Amino acid sequence: MSDIASRVKAIIVEKLGVDENEVTPEASFTNDLGADSLDTVELIMEFEKEFNVAIPDDQAENISTVGQAISYLEKNVSN
Amino acid sequence: MELKRVVVTGLGALTPLGNTVSAYWDGLVNGVSGAAPITHFDASKFKTQFACEVKGFDPHDFMDRKEARKVDPFVQYAIASTDEAVKDAELQFDQLDTNRIGVIWGSGIGGLKTFLDEVATYAKGDGTPRFNPFFIPKMLVDIAPGHISMRHGLRGPNFSAVSACASSTNAMIDAFNYIRMGMADIIITGGSEATVNEAGIGGFNAMHALSTRNDDPTTASRPFDKDRDGFVSGEGSGAIILESLEHALARGAKIYAEVAGGGMSADAYHITASHPEGLGAKLAMSKAIADAKFNYTDIDYINVHGTSTPVGDISETKAIIDLFGEQAYRLNISSTKSMTGHLLGAAGAIEAIASILSVKNDIVPPTINHFNDDPQIDNNLNFTFNTAQRRVVNAALSNTFGFGGHNASIIVKKYHA
Repeated sequence: MSDIASRVKAIIVEKLGVDENEVTPEASFTNDLGADSLDTVELIMEFEKEFNVAIPDDQAENISTVGQAISYLEKNVSN
Repeated sequence: MELKRVVVTGLGALTPLGNTVSAYWDGLVNGVSGAAPITHFDASKFKTQFACEVKGFDPHDFMDRKEARKVDPFVQYAIASTDEAVKDAELQFDQLDTNRIGVIWGSGIGGLKTFLDEVATYAKGDGTPRFNPFFIPKMLVDIAPGHISMRHGLRGPNFSAVSACASSTNAMIDAFNYIRMGMADIIITGGSEATVNEAGIGGFNAMHALSTRNDDPTTASRPFDKDRDGFVSGEGSGAIILESLEHALARGAKIYAEVAGGGMSADAYHITASHPEGLGAKLAMSKAIADAKFNYTDIDYINVHGTSTPVGDISETKAIIDLFGEQAYRLNISSTKSMTGHLLGAAGAIEAIASILSVKNDIVPPTINHFNDDPQIDNNLNFTFNTAQRRVVNAALSNTFGFGGHNASIIVKKYHA
């Protein structure tokens, strides 16, 4: 697992209070991990803080699964 | 319209003296102080460095990590005390009409810690707003009754009463009124407050409202003593289950006491100072007495607002003497804030619980920390100084007064069929 993927999963486990095993690439924040709309906004903000990036709202709308978050960050985080 | 009788069928408390009703009552009758150096934050630069904090409270005993993170401490406290009260009242919500069960909750300020943290984070940044999406719903004062309703599935009347330090008494009087008018069968009422933080202590310090007796915190709250120098900040929660008598009898509930009456008024005088002659206080108490269809001689105990401030204690005493006449010298008076500190919007709730248990147990909890009489206060009154007193308490009146000049008084009496 990439460094980005493990950090993303750690944030999701912490913020959504879910078990690490549930945080699979296909898992949807709202349908599988019990997030509501405010949780999802908070997750995006945590990703921005953790990786020091700004995720525009129109891009954030397309991030609804664990895998989508990891792949967006892998493309947009420089280091 | 025939008004229904309203009784108390459950209690819950999370206080600086203990985290259950029985621990709280034990602390009260034994004259224990809940004051100690502040642990919630580094208070070394503050004029006041002690408070009456809740001790040994773990929100995860009541909710999972995710839920605990999304609520301010004042809501965590509310959930803890209402859980205890619901259990105490043996409420089986799946067997009751939950459309007729409400929550009316008091808090003076609401999520002050949440507000402080979020605004501090913003101020440290470059001006780009990065507020947490839970900022507003964590902070709102009315979110406490919202959470309580969601936790138990209660769809009756649901809102907060806000009148600073009178908040939870206003909430209880509202609950009493809705039930006696037949608009609800049961209302979970009371209040919670969590303001022992930098903003709360700093803000009240700036007003010179708090005691600064840092070298001796446990004797700092000394209502009616000559050397009182301000109130001691407290925090916590009190929950009271009010229920129509007919509903309580139908489900075989235990009954602690009956609510006899409530009275409310405003000083219309000053934002923070009480009226020097206690006009508003007198008006609230007299309305409560009239509402209860009582004579002044029917009151055996007054749990006073008595915050241990130089001015407030004098005006409340004057109001009691003016209103009760000879009976003022026969009844017991005590300020349990001498032990709990001042829980602001939750003060009315925990002091109503003290009054209810006083009526139930025929014990008056003391005003501790009395060392020297104040010549400006009539010391022929029985302030129940330093030790609890046994006496028959058929009825007790609890006073609360809030910044803004709000006054609210509630009377509880022994239940007789």
